[in-house]
Amino acid sequence: MDPVFIAIQLLNGLQYGLLLFLIASGLTLIFGIMGIINLAHGAMYMIGAYLAYDLTLRTGSFWLALLLAVPIAVVLGLVIERLFLGTLYRRDHLYQVLLTFGLILVLNEAQRIIWGSDVQSVPVPASLSGNIALTGNLQYPVYRLFVAAICLLVAGGIYWIIRHTRLGIVIRAGAVNRDMVEGLGIDVRTLFTLIFSVGVGLAAFAGMLSAPMTSLYPGMGDNILITCFVIVVIGGIGSIKGAFLGSLLIGQAATFGPVLLPALASVIIYLIMAAVLIIKPRGLFA
Amino acid sequence: MLHRYPKRVPIIMLALTVLLVFYPLWGPVLIGDGSDFFLEKLTLMLILGLFAMSLDLLVGVVGLVSLGHALFFGLAGYTLALASPSYSAASLWWMMPLVMLVSALAALVIGALVLRTRGIFFIMTTLAFGQMLYYLVSDASFTGGSDGVFIMFKPTLAIGELTLIDLESPLQFFYFVMGMTLLTYLFLHWLIRSYFGQVLDGIHDNEHRMQALGYATYGYKLAAFVISGVLAGVAGMLAAMQYGFANPAQLGWHLSGEVLMMVILGGMGTLFGPLLGAFAYELLHYAFEHLTLYWQLLMGLTIILIVLVLPKGLAGLILDPPRLRLPRVGVGGLLRPRPAASTKARLGLAGHHKHEEG
Repeated sequence: MDPVFIAIQLLNGLQYGLLLFLIASGLTLIFGIMGIINLAHGAMYMIGAYLAYDLTLRTGSFWLALLLAVPIAVVLGLVIERLFLGTLYRRDHLYQVLLTFGLILVLNEAQRIIWGSDVQSVPVPASLSGNIALTGNLQYPVYRLFVAAICLLVAGGIYWIIRHTRLGIVIRAGAVNRDMVEGLGIDVRTLFTLIFSVGVGLAAFAGMLSAPMTSLYPGMGDNILITCFVIVVIGGIGSIKGAFLGSLLIGQAATFGPVLLPALASVIIYLIMAAVLIIKPRGLFA
Repeated sequence: MLHRYPKRVPIIMLALTVLLVFYPLWGPVLIGDGSDFFLEKLTLMLILGLFAMSLDLLVGVVGLVSLGHALFFGLAGYTLALASPSYSAASLWWMMPLVMLVSALAALVIGALVLRTRGIFFIMTTLAFGQMLYYLVSDASFTGGSDGVFIMFKPTLAIGELTLIDLESPLQFFYFVMGMTLLTYLFLHWLIRSYFGQVLDGIHDNEHRMQALGYATYGYKLAAFVISGVLAGVAGMLAAMQYGFANPAQLGWHLSGEVLMMVILGGMGTLFGPLLGAFAYELLHYAFEHLTLYWQLLMGLTIILIVLVLPKGLAGLILDPPRLRLPRVGVGGLLRPRPAASTKARLGLAGHHKHEEG
């Protein structure tokens, strides 16, 4: 294979993996700390992408759209947590699965009612369009580099918050023993609301960032949700480090799979998951 | 879960069965022109009822929440479609065992992997394996890609030249499906009350205790997973015969979610509940579809509502009917607040105070 081609694939995989991390990190935190399995996480990714589309059309600026869409998504997460999830914390996962499955149907249909069933796209912002020459004969789209950089920044931010702030201590403690944290007088309910809103906000943010790179269609969140489940299973539930490394691994597998093993392209990530399940059923970093 | 049900349960179920059996008598009178169409819908509801009961063995009895149960349903449909000869009908005598064998093998391999996990991991991995097959089938050419495969002829059920049941006839197929569903119900009813079923129930309550008692719980769970997969396969085969094709939607995770909903809507662990749940879910589905183009919005809201207010499903309503309590007449009854109510009021007041302070 041509080394330039390999380099481009590597970069694509890295960028895709970093984007996946934004979604998977929220998913793994929401489970690890709140004990909630959120199937509607992918639908929030879709809502984010459509918000970016809608607001870019209205305001004429992708950046303004981002600025407006992030708070909208976080508030939507807050409303969902306050309205529906409050009763679910002490109940079986089964009911969480069903309630969030119901939410998917509602969000998917709301998307169709508001934005229709046509495939849409968002133009790459003018300031970041075009390619950049990384080496003599290696050209790479600027926007993708930008997305990778933003995702890295967010990942670093999450790492910093979890490792070096008081909130991070509470989050880490909550992942280990929720009841103890509550017993120590920390307002767990507020913590849950915060984590859920930020978690789904991150998923929606990933949708916004990827809007100029992919096409927007109804149900686009379903595929990404299942990919992120695979990442969480590989990395170990509740582990941010696991989600990060799992995302990078799946990002590379998803870009190199179709090239190296075209016959297995669509199932390669599941085969990796099966292999992890055989070796370490609780995930690599649990 | 293993208690005997109150008498009203068999009475209700028997009444509904009789109602179904005599559909050809009352259907055309009540529905008129649409009665043939509704017969097919009823057939589908029976099939989904069988499917929901197979999942109930996992969810309700063993406590394993599978979000990939449609995998076996769809796989069976594809097995039927691909193993049938193109220009003639297959015989059900060998098609049925083949479908069951394929389902059993798939359930054995997948079950061996997913049962290494528990809780939320189990949910995610069953979902992921279901989607794996979904993408495999959607992308492959021999499965017809996203269009699926047509089944030109339904299998025959004959001895020599003598046709026992003409499955091409909608009415005979309806009765055939009803018989299969009844048979499945009786089988699962027996299985749950058998020694094997009691071990499964014990695992549901406390797996560690069962292990401590010396039960190889993994093996029991795997056996239940395989039985459940085979029955889901039977349902999937019947569904593919009914539709006349096998397509990826029959093994997608939306169907897995829907069948889980049927189990909960009906009442998990009761067996007759999921059967009712399948009918109720499909009737709601048709009603909403008639009402609006955006029926999924109503369905989604209904699902959320049921989870919040009716977690024990229809079976819960039948087994433990909500009592409409009239206020007790008499001065004492009216004036003296019930202790529970007053406690609640006090808690509410206390909460209010705190809120005002903060």
